Amino acid sequence: MRYLPLTEADRQSMLAAIAAPSVDALFRDVPEAAHLSGPIGGLSNHLGELEVERLLGAMAAKSIPAGSVPSFLGAGAYRHHVPATVDHLVQRGEFLTAYTPYQPEVSQGTLQVLFEFQTQVALLTGMDVANASMYDGATACAEAVMMANRVTRKKKAILSGGLHPHYRDTTTTDARFIGFDAVALPADPEGVEDLAARIDDKTSCVVVQNPSVFGQVRDYSDLAKACQAKGALLIVVVTEALSLGLLPPPGEMGADIVAAEGQSFGNALNFGGPYVGLFAVKDKYVRQMPGRLCGETVDADGRRGFVLTLSTREQHIRREKATSNICTNAGLCALAFSIHLSLLGEEGVTQLAKLNHAKAVQLADKLAAVPGVSVVNDGFFNEFTVKLPKPAAGVVEALAQRRILGGVPVSRLYPGEMDDLLLVAVTETNTESDMDAFAKALTEVLS
Amino acid sequence: MTVKYTKDHEWVRVEGDVGTVGVSDFAQHQLGDVVFVELPDVGRTLEKGKEAAVVESVKAASDVFSPVSGEVIEVNHDLENEPARVNTGAQTEGWFFKLRLSNPSELDGLMDEAAYKAFVEESN
Amino acid sequence: MSMNSQGRPSAIPAASGTDAVTGTFTGNRGLQIEEPLIFEQDSAGRCGVDLPEAPKVASRLGGVKPRAKVGLPGLAEPQVVRHYTRLSQKNYAIDSGLYPLGSCTMKHNPRLNEKMARLPGFADVHPLQPESTVQGALELMDTLAHWLKTLTGMAAVTLAPAAGAHGEMCGIMAIRSAHEAKGDTGRTKILVPESAHGTNPATAAACGYTVESIPATADGRVDLDALKAKLGPDVAGLMLTNPNTCGLFEREILAIAEAVHGAGAYFYCDGANFNAIVGRVRPADLGIDVMHINLHKTFSTPHGGGGPGSGPVVFAESLAPYVPVPYVVHGADGFQLVETAGEGPAFGRMKAFHGQMGMFTRALSYMLSHGADGLWQASGDAVLNANYVMARLQDVMTASFEGPCMHECLFDDRFLKGTGVTTLDIAKALIDEGFHPMTMYFPLVVHGALLIEPTETESKAGLDQFIDALRSLAERAKSGDVAYFQGAPRLTPRRRLDETAAARKPVLRWVPPVPAEALAAE
Repeated sequence: MRYLPLTEADRQSMLAAIAAPSVDALFRDVPEAAHLSGPIGGLSNHLGELEVERLLGAMAAKSIPAGSVPSFLGAGAYRHHVPATVDHLVQRGEFLTAYTPYQPEVSQGTLQVLFEFQTQVALLTGMDVANASMYDGATACAEAVMMANRVTRKKKAILSGGLHPHYRDTTTTDARFIGFDAVALPADPEGVEDLAARIDDKTSCVVVQNPSVFGQVRDYSDLAKACQAKGALLIVVVTEALSLGLLPPPGEMGADIVAAEGQSFGNALNFGGPYVGLFAVKDKYVRQMPGRLCGETVDADGRRGFVLTLSTREQHIRREKATSNICTNAGLCALAFSIHLSLLGEEGVTQLAKLNHAKAVQLADKLAAVPGVSVVNDGFFNEFTVKLPKPAAGVVEALAQRRILGGVPVSRLYPGEMDDLLLVAVTETNTESDMDAFAKALTEVLS
Repeated sequence: MTVKYTKDHEWVRVEGDVGTVGVSDFAQHQLGDVVFVELPDVGRTLEKGKEAAVVESVKAASDVFSPVSGEVIEVNHDLENEPARVNTGAQTEGWFFKLRLSNPSELDGLMDEAAYKAFVEESN
Repeated sequence: MSMNSQGRPSAIPAASGTDAVTGTFTGNRGLQIEEPLIFEQDSAGRCGVDLPEAPKVASRLGGVKPRAKVGLPGLAEPQVVRHYTRLSQKNYAIDSGLYPLGSCTMKHNPRLNEKMARLPGFADVHPLQPESTVQGALELMDTLAHWLKTLTGMAAVTLAPAAGAHGEMCGIMAIRSAHEAKGDTGRTKILVPESAHGTNPATAAACGYTVESIPATADGRVDLDALKAKLGPDVAGLMLTNPNTCGLFEREILAIAEAVHGAGAYFYCDGANFNAIVGRVRPADLGIDVMHINLHKTFSTPHGGGGPGSGPVVFAESLAPYVPVPYVVHGADGFQLVETAGEGPAFGRMKAFHGQMGMFTRALSYMLSHGADGLWQASGDAVLNANYVMARLQDVMTASFEGPCMHECLFDDRFLKGTGVTTLDIAKALIDEGFHPMTMYFPLVVHGALLIEPTETESKAGLDQFIDALRSLAERAKSGDVAYFQGAPRLTPRRRLDETAAARKPVLRWVPPVPAEALAAE
């Protein structure tokens, strides 16, 4: 087996050093009935690289990659162009095959990356501090709610009807087991719900998503003030991180916590994961944050260096009193995020955001010209909702037959509801001819 | 003025009906360099043996239990900016909070300095 | 005061002295190049990507005013490449050497897995594409599920959890759902051995349980009598790591399972140490009801400097109905994804989409490469390597418990008694010898723990070199050369870092320098 360096001669001499008769004898503490007598049945035996490639290659060929056809899916995962440099650097063994940087003297690379990542996230969200990443946007959202409960010592979260239903469900699952109230408001495609009126003295936080799952953009500055007046925190969720290159950042609106999905920068669609959760807060809440934090310090020679810090919040020290049970973060995805953002820089990120928005405006106009189709949102970034004269799920299936991935039927996110709504996302990867092909195919399918 | 100790390494110095509370020099040694102290709010009522404050070093976090019951009347805000005071003066400038004792008889169950010393030596 | 972890040195020892670090003009030392923060290399107007002009259209932001600026630095592509390349060179990694972190399973990460994870049919697929267009991705998930169920002997699996700790949440939520379904709401406790990973009590507490600790016996295993004494109608379950964090197989595991089940509770196994027994012992045969599997440990998906992980959870028949959404089923037209729980017993959703697909592909690629025969050999070699390390160090260090151990061996700091040298010092000196240290100060059941897990992907020659280095350090410590240890490491990009200062006055991000004119105005 190509990954195992021990030779049979090695094994024999090592057994002699241990004074054990055989490798099996080392398993003598395993109850006899439970120790198999040989390799487990029902599974294949070892394969060479070529055979594995052939097998998995054939399997992969049964999917239609989003990049091989015009594709307009969003709803929390976006197909952006990732520069070749990103994947090259991410695959450097020193990043790829390192553990969590618990030994700072030999982990300054990872640590400086995390420090820069935290800074980038703070700048992008307009917040004071960010942590070194969470699993994904949905778990970041649930953790944000739990953090708000700790900060305010209240237990009722109000979840906007514009929050991604998967984020909502991740949060309500935690609510059920951890023991807090998560009041989920009805779906709100147009962004007209009055959240301020819902806040009472039991409310720990209000969770909004901007742009909403339906693509609607809003300014939440007034809601932030309403929250503050009643002692509740405002949590702003962002599922399309690129929108922060164009829209006013949540920090500017007065958000207390930002929980976001960072996949758009540096990370492939990957059928849903791994992605990278972003988590940023106001300075005063740092000690209530979940997850790892990297901080600056000096070494024995007085030179600047970085370490993981404020670890007493975490499970490996605090155990049952930790702020969260999270241990692993999304290190490598955070690195990809960081490299992509470094390549883009100030100019690139703002220009890319403008490009996405302009293309979305173009497509919205093209689709609105299709008979029977109307755009639901008055303001959006690179994703919007259209109303169709037919159930969207069937339309999407028919478009897929024509090799166009034409968005996400809203009924897939809200089973049994709003079956005439379709979510459509556009990025820099969509060409003008993709958009024309989409509009044309939609016209055919609807006629 | 009496100083009494708990088995959890807190001390309380009583003057009149006011007790000043901190952690012992032995405890600060065990913790290592203290980096953060979380103090109770003034006005909070504490119960003997229940969580009152938190003290943290880089690799350890401990709850500090109130040695006696009472209402918090003052906290040592200096510790918020200079937690190192717990290391340099655990039983002087590193005090945590003062409370007005609601049940002074609770002091009877605590150790005096000699008994505490013996307790520490024994448990080591 | 209740200390829940051992305190240990976190500031720089006074005796460390200063080292004549460089003497070079730049501060660089050959291949070790000082690298400023990316924010300190900014030049406005520079950009590392070329983008087309945005089409000229009227923006449609619903009256929201666009932001003025973000504040990111501008760099060209070669500068970015150099920045991250230089940073990478300041890291130790499994690609560069032995990484014997106990309970972390730092084994070789085959590059075939990386290549497979990047196949467009897995990597360039949107999670919400129509099912008919993602059959390959669903087949991969189904095949992985088959391997995991077969290797564990379990009835069901969820691939959703994003990491081990997330898998623990999932398992404990399933246990609570099962008790609730039976109307049994009086169970408020989870039992956890004192040697457990910190995530176990954190998870149980997060799920609303109180945590009760079970002491260990003198031979480093769960005290069965103490366990039995704590079991009762108020106990929801036991969380146990097996092999445990002392690197030992819980010999009485069948009796433990029987006692737990006898009390009406469930048996959760933390699968962090599955690598010791994978392909040889099926957890279902040990009486385990539910267990998470760290794909980033046992099945070689890279740790990536702290993630991403993946923590599938396997369930015995008893808990199988409570598997969360989403999951893959075989339908009439191929594979289908069940995304909503509906009225079924599934307890909810763990994360945004279907799980860490990129990790699934890597793990399956690893499994297919090994096959049943290769996994048998891998776990055997992992255990052999650990026992060899233990045998060859036993005379100069103090092993905490009698062997044989499983995939990792545990030492404590008795061999350092009276030397003035600590576990931490040994670790730092080991760095200068070119090795990543072992896990230190964990588990908490022994004093000054040193937990060594070599894994099966180390050669005998590599182990010998590590063992010889460690032997020389143990002897040097006993010779009284304290200053050598307190000054270590000396040969790294940075020497010991002041963690105390970092925690007292946290600096968690770069801030732009205040412009000179603003300072002058003050």
